Amino acid sequence: MRAAVLICMKDLKARIRDRSALLIGIVVPLGLAFIFNSIFSGISGNSKAIAIGVVNADRGAVAQQFVGQVLGAVGRSGLIAVHPEATVAGARALAAKGTLNAVIVIPAGFSARVQANQPASMQVIGNVDSPISSEIARSIAEGYTSDLNRVRLSVATVVHGGGSSSSLPPGEIRALAARAVAAAAPVAVLDVSAKSKELDQKSFFAAGMAVFFLFFTVQFGVTSLLEERNNGTLARLLAAPIARASILGGKLLTSFLLGVISMVVLVVATSLLFGATWGNPAGVAVLIVAAILAAMGIMSLIATFAKNAEQASNWQSVVAVVLGLLGGTFFQVSQAPGILSELTFVAPQAWFLRGLGDLRGGGISVVWVPALAMLGFAAVTGGLAVTRLRHMAEV
Amino acid sequence: MAGERMLECRGLRRCFGDLVAVDGVGFHIDPGETYGLLGPNGAGKTTTISMIAGLLERDGGEIVVAGEPMTTHTIRAKSALGYVPQDLAIYPDLSARENLVFFARLYGMSTAEAKRRSNEVLEVTGLTDRAHDQTKTYSGGMKRRLNIGIGLLNRPKLLILDEPTVGVDPQSRNAILESIEGLSSEGMAVLYTTHYMEEAERLCDRVGVIDHGKLIAEGTRQELVNLVGERDHVHLSATGDLTKAAAALAVQPWAHEASATEEGIDLVVDDARENLPAILSDAASAGATIKSVEVTEPDLEAVFLHLTGRALRD
Repeated sequence: MRAAVLICMKDLKARIRDRSALLIGIVVPLGLAFIFNSIFSGISGNSKAIAIGVVNADRGAVAQQFVGQVLGAVGRSGLIAVHPEATVAGARALAAKGTLNAVIVIPAGFSARVQANQPASMQVIGNVDSPISSEIARSIAEGYTSDLNRVRLSVATVVHGGGSSSSLPPGEIRALAARAVAAAAPVAVLDVSAKSKELDQKSFFAAGMAVFFLFFTVQFGVTSLLEERNNGTLARLLAAPIARASILGGKLLTSFLLGVISMVVLVVATSLLFGATWGNPAGVAVLIVAAILAAMGIMSLIATFAKNAEQASNWQSVVAVVLGLLGGTFFQVSQAPGILSELTFVAPQAWFLRGLGDLRGGGISVVWVPALAMLGFAAVTGGLAVTRLRHMAEV
Repeated sequence: MAGERMLECRGLRRCFGDLVAVDGVGFHIDPGETYGLLGPNGAGKTTTISMIAGLLERDGGEIVVAGEPMTTHTIRAKSALGYVPQDLAIYPDLSARENLVFFARLYGMSTAEAKRRSNEVLEVTGLTDRAHDQTKTYSGGMKRRLNIGIGLLNRPKLLILDEPTVGVDPQSRNAILESIEGLSSEGMAVLYTTHYMEEAERLCDRVGVIDHGKLIAEGTRQELVNLVGERDHVHLSATGDLTKAAAALAVQPWAHEASATEEGIDLVVDDARENLPAILSDAASAGATIKSVEVTEPDLEAVFLHLTGRALRD
């Protein structure tokens, strides 16, 4: 153990001295987190509620139901802030200025048309600089109008279901439609529970960059074994009166400590400088340790296939980038369509980010599944690596 | 233990696939003795000492260092060894002092002891003034000196040096050889591998000649020369009746060959140093006027050539 610690301290001294570990482990991820946060904060706007204007030119029962129940429910969730506006022109001007992210216009006669079981539509005016907000407004309006069309078709089926062309008087049709709409009451409550499980933008980029560069940071320890073999110092270590396992142990300890130092500094720095919130410290610590071990396992295994340090570094970098992208460290792949949202969990980085997200909405117990998943990566790749590393530690 | 050999190895064998790199090598080194392992590149010298230093598993044979069996996993035997590899084995981002302290601590010294011993080694290697500079800023000669210095940190009972002067300038090479001569005089056993005959002749009490993985001859320089029956060559630059002088020398009991050339007389004799007065006297008596004498004693190169049919540096 003493020899392993001596080797670790020697390696840490060399790494700090050549500044590479400092750059890769702290400076670059911090810088990129800052840059990404700055770039994307204006686009997604998810740091505050979306401002949606409503022009209710109708004021009928159906329109009131939409404004009161549908928009009201979403507004209470904190996702949107509803701003009633008097005129379309005024609302359009506010949207153009950026005061409103989008405007929903309920035209006059909307309720009457619905109650007469006729097609009805709303208008959505979007701000070109807030495409996502506009999309959200459109989705809400579309959701409601789709439900209305469903009701209209149901009523039409009831009215004309007996085969005769007009079996009910118009008044009764109106009453039936009104009852159907009221019964259906498509209160568009969004699944806001997802929001509490997602990292906010600052935290996402902080965590994403930290775990992305973690895979580069932990390379230094094991790859240095190849360096020592190539530059002759491994022979000295093998000739010294120390257990051979100490050499390997020292290298792995170096990787682990570099990972811990890097992640701890990044957690503290992003919290203080950017306002990133990582969550329950104990839960974060569990996730960090699991991520470090997973990164060490994967990077070590790759190094065992290389002939020299440079080759190892090249291969490790490719794998780190691919896993980082797949794992959603730059953008959330888990919400991507198709197989990509499943493939993302092939990368330990996805489990790390998921764990942090789950921690936002739950207690520390939620981290065990992601942590165990990452430890699984560590066990498989690390186990294989240790077997092969024994042969690397020979002249 | 009195009379205990510092190194005993028997029947060493190591294969790399189908290649038998070392085949049955065995020798011993006594305390205070410098033993040279002489052979050309690829002869098996480095493989042999890698096994002795515990770097490489052996496929056969035994190694005992200072009374302790040596394997790749033993620690006690390695504590008695100092190892100087052929390649420079120092950390470029650390200073000389940091390199020394690190290795000293690996050998079990406390921090204070390691620092004290490092200072001593820095003094011996002449690197005290540059002790705090990173070794990547050192000259090649300085790196070589540090490389040897690290091998001396633990005051080893047996110091192994694997071709320490390869690629070194003549001045540094001489300094290295002088320091090794000093170690030997202090009672340290030394195992020295080289393909330079003159180094082996200068430093070593006994020499083992190795080729194609086998130890083909062993002994002191004189024993090896005698083993192969090499004799001294004497060239006399002379004028006068050279044919008569050559004939007169040829019949002497210590002479094996004598021939007249345009410039003088060439002789092959036993022990030229002892018989030189008689050679000069007989040549003069026979009418030759001697201008100069050149004596060429058989060397290890000649021994190697005789034993293998190849030069050391083919």
